Amino acid sequence: MDFPSFYMDHLAGGRLIIGIIASLHVLINHPLAVGAYPLLTWMEWWAHKNNRPDIDQLAHRITFIVFIVTTTVGAMTGVGIWLSTSLFAPFAIGSLLRVFFWGWFTEWLVFISEVVLICWWFLSWKKVDTPEKKKKHIRIGMALSIMSWLTMALIVAVLGFMMKPGVWNQTRAFIDAMTNPLYAPQLGFRTFFALMTAAVFIWFTAFFFTKKSSARDDRPQRLRRWIVYRMSHVVLVSMLGVFLFGTWYWNCVPETMKANSSVALLTQEFMSWHGQFQTLLGWTVASFVFIALVGLSDIITVPRWALLIPSIMGIWMLGHFERAREFMRKPWVIGEYMYSNGIHKDELAYLQSEGILKHATYVKHREVTEANKVECGQDVFMLACSRCHSTTGLNSVLDKFSAMYGADKPWDSAGMALFIKGMHQTRTFMPPFPGNEKEAGALVAYIQQLRARPETLHGAQTEGITIAPPIKAPAMTAETQPQR
Amino acid sequence: MNVFLAVTPVPRDLPLPLPVPEWLLVFCLLVFFLIHILFVNLMVGGSLLVVVLEWLGLKNRRWDSLAHEIAQTITVNKSLAVVMGIGPLLCINLLYTMQWYSANALTGHAWLLIVPLVIIAFLLTYLHKYTWDTWTTGGRKVLHQLTGLAAALLFLFIPLIFLANVNLMLIPSEWEKVKGFFSALSIGNVLPRYLHFMAASLAMTGLFLAGWFGRKGSDLTHLSGFTRPELRRFFYTVCARVTLAQFVLGPLLLFTLPSAGITMQVYGIIFGGAALGALTLWVLFGELKRPDTTIGSRYWLIVTLFSFVVLGMGSGRHVYREAALASHKAEIKERTEHYYTALAEFNKAHTAIPPAAELSPEQLFMNCAACHAPNVKLVGPPLSEIAKIYAGNPEGIVTWAKAPGKKRPELPQMPAMGHLGEANLLTIAKLMLEKGAAVK
Repeated sequence: MDFPSFYMDHLAGGRLIIGIIASLHVLINHPLAVGAYPLLTWMEWWAHKNNRPDIDQLAHRITFIVFIVTTTVGAMTGVGIWLSTSLFAPFAIGSLLRVFFWGWFTEWLVFISEVVLICWWFLSWKKVDTPEKKKKHIRIGMALSIMSWLTMALIVAVLGFMMKPGVWNQTRAFIDAMTNPLYAPQLGFRTFFALMTAAVFIWFTAFFFTKKSSARDDRPQRLRRWIVYRMSHVVLVSMLGVFLFGTWYWNCVPETMKANSSVALLTQEFMSWHGQFQTLLGWTVASFVFIALVGLSDIITVPRWALLIPSIMGIWMLGHFERAREFMRKPWVIGEYMYSNGIHKDELAYLQSEGILKHATYVKHREVTEANKVECGQDVFMLACSRCHSTTGLNSVLDKFSAMYGADKPWDSAGMALFIKGMHQTRTFMPPFPGNEKEAGALVAYIQQLRARPETLHGAQTEGITIAPPIKAPAMTAETQPQR
Repeated sequence: MNVFLAVTPVPRDLPLPLPVPEWLLVFCLLVFFLIHILFVNLMVGGSLLVVVLEWLGLKNRRWDSLAHEIAQTITVNKSLAVVMGIGPLLCINLLYTMQWYSANALTGHAWLLIVPLVIIAFLLTYLHKYTWDTWTTGGRKVLHQLTGLAAALLFLFIPLIFLANVNLMLIPSEWEKVKGFFSALSIGNVLPRYLHFMAASLAMTGLFLAGWFGRKGSDLTHLSGFTRPELRRFFYTVCARVTLAQFVLGPLLLFTLPSAGITMQVYGIIFGGAALGALTLWVLFGELKRPDTTIGSRYWLIVTLFSFVVLGMGSGRHVYREAALASHKAEIKERTEHYYTALAEFNKAHTAIPPAAELSPEQLFMNCAACHAPNVKLVGPPLSEIAKIYAGNPEGIVTWAKAPGKKRPELPQMPAMGHLGEANLLTIAKLMLEKGAAVK
């Protein structure tokens, strides 16, 4: 609730970093862990059953790549989500951890077994020399696939919860948080998406591990055909799943949030590009279908470069999906419970009446006066706006007001104050202003000064903190006063 | 005078209760952290040993092959170090939410750097491990050694970030002095902590490897030039000598701790642990004097004794932390309760007033007033202009407001206002026309 503000002006306050780390994590772990482990295990099983050591060897080689990437970038970006949210949204992650402790705890246990299993599976692959050992080895792969899916199954509960907590808002019960309305559709959507992209990934990497055929030896060609034909089945079936669960998912998103979607999909300026976005989405789907159908037909072997198209389109689509999902949640960080700036829904009216500065810890002043107006405005900006906006960097308040009032015209302070008070009505993705009238005025004064003299605002990580004298509360006796 | 003295910040806490009893979280934090730090020790200590041994291997090949064998263990230990770190992170987030997140924020850039630095270090350890048999001669061998060195240096640096944070969270009264990671390093006793941790890493790695290569079933065929007893003796010696050094580094750490959390209980636990440590060391030196045939027979006794030493030190650490933060936690609790009582009272009074049955047209118009003024162009066209376009056609305004287009290139597009409801929009539209007509 009440933490020193980590803030990076040039990166829209810094939340972009969470986005980059989280997207990277998803982009690696959907295709390479959740999707690839079951497919690779299946390849190993098929090779064993049909006595095809070439397929077994291929699966092992692809697993090497998966092993290296998931145990480095994959694992650390997962931890990185926690590290970065503790900086940019400690109030949100702190609350989520209290709600989902048991979910996260279980996920941790599952994650431990996942790491142990991937090390065991990969590192013991070459030592398997009897059919009995092979059977056991395949079972390790199966256990790994289950665990890898389970980590996602547990974490998706948190993601769905943030958008639509469902009855948790009344009950505050863990089980209601876990089984939020968006849980099942999102889980299904991600599962099939993971399989679809994993199939293309395996297909693509397989081409690097299968040599060109010569006139005398057609085995590499045979192996290529095998992988192309099988993986194109996986792509087509998964795509149907993606479509069905995706539709269900979309129908569960709250109407008010759907209204955000046109801005979420692109940015506010490019709202008119909505149509182009849909076209691009169509092309992404078409590229997957086309590649899969060509693969299925077995008439020609798909060239390596052609697979890059659905891969890149898939990465783009998933990345964009995560971005849109994040944005549509607004103005909430936890639906109907906590706004994006960490203010609880039920304390909004209180803060609007009392003033936000009075109850914050890391501010320079508690009361706005004519003399300290700009300094107060800066603190109000940090508390109320800085989780989404910057001063002079990306998504800056100066840009926003320039778009409204014109970059070369004077900005009417009274009009700005009026806008700030009603912004949640006209920009429904923005939370209501959590301060009183004077603080809105201070914020405007700060923005006006910023406009006259654009200066980068620094966060607590470089500037340190300043603490106003503690508030005199009747409940505080001499002993409990903070020590000086 | 007070202006020059730092004030201890007393923030207010999250309103959600802890999901599990506090004692259980404390127990989990203690145990999970020790498991985590064991693997971190093996990862850090292992990579340091690998660098040194590979370098020795330039003169005598047998050291090179020993370094290679140790490198095989690091990549597994590092994966476990990461995954086992999540449990204690989960517990510390819950138990010390206010202190932990604040310390993270105050050293934020370094805290974020953990992610890329660890990824690079891990990729380098894999590169080092998987190129051992191919980068063997001349410049390639040098490159190979540098890869190992780069990973080890990263492993030497990253712990400083964690130590700066766990140290900073204990001293809220110093927070106002901190301006970034480097200034956090100079607060409290980060450096003694660091030396103590590094020594522990080498000692634990020595003990682990004495057991690892000492296993009856372990395959030593790659290690020509070594016998099993010789390896046991070598790694036991590493463990023993470094542990001996801990009798200097330990007190240095203890006596430089900020006094806030020092209690007799802390002293009791730490000195109890140190006494047990001395006993362990005595057993260890006894083991080193054994002949080759029986060296290693006390291995599990030593491991058990060490575990108790570590458990003792870990508990002492927790008791210190609790004592250091007791008053801060109490102040936060009081402030939080005070705030939420006032909030509840306010909300009770607030909900007692029945909400207005219907907003007046003027109140509804406030949604539009920030952009549409009577006679001047603010963000959108003035009301006078709107009144001309839609004279006698308020429904036209409603239709536009529900799905606005973009007519004027110089102005931003209007957001859709459908959420206000058809009836309200019509009320607003009529008022707009009225106001617009009145301007003339």
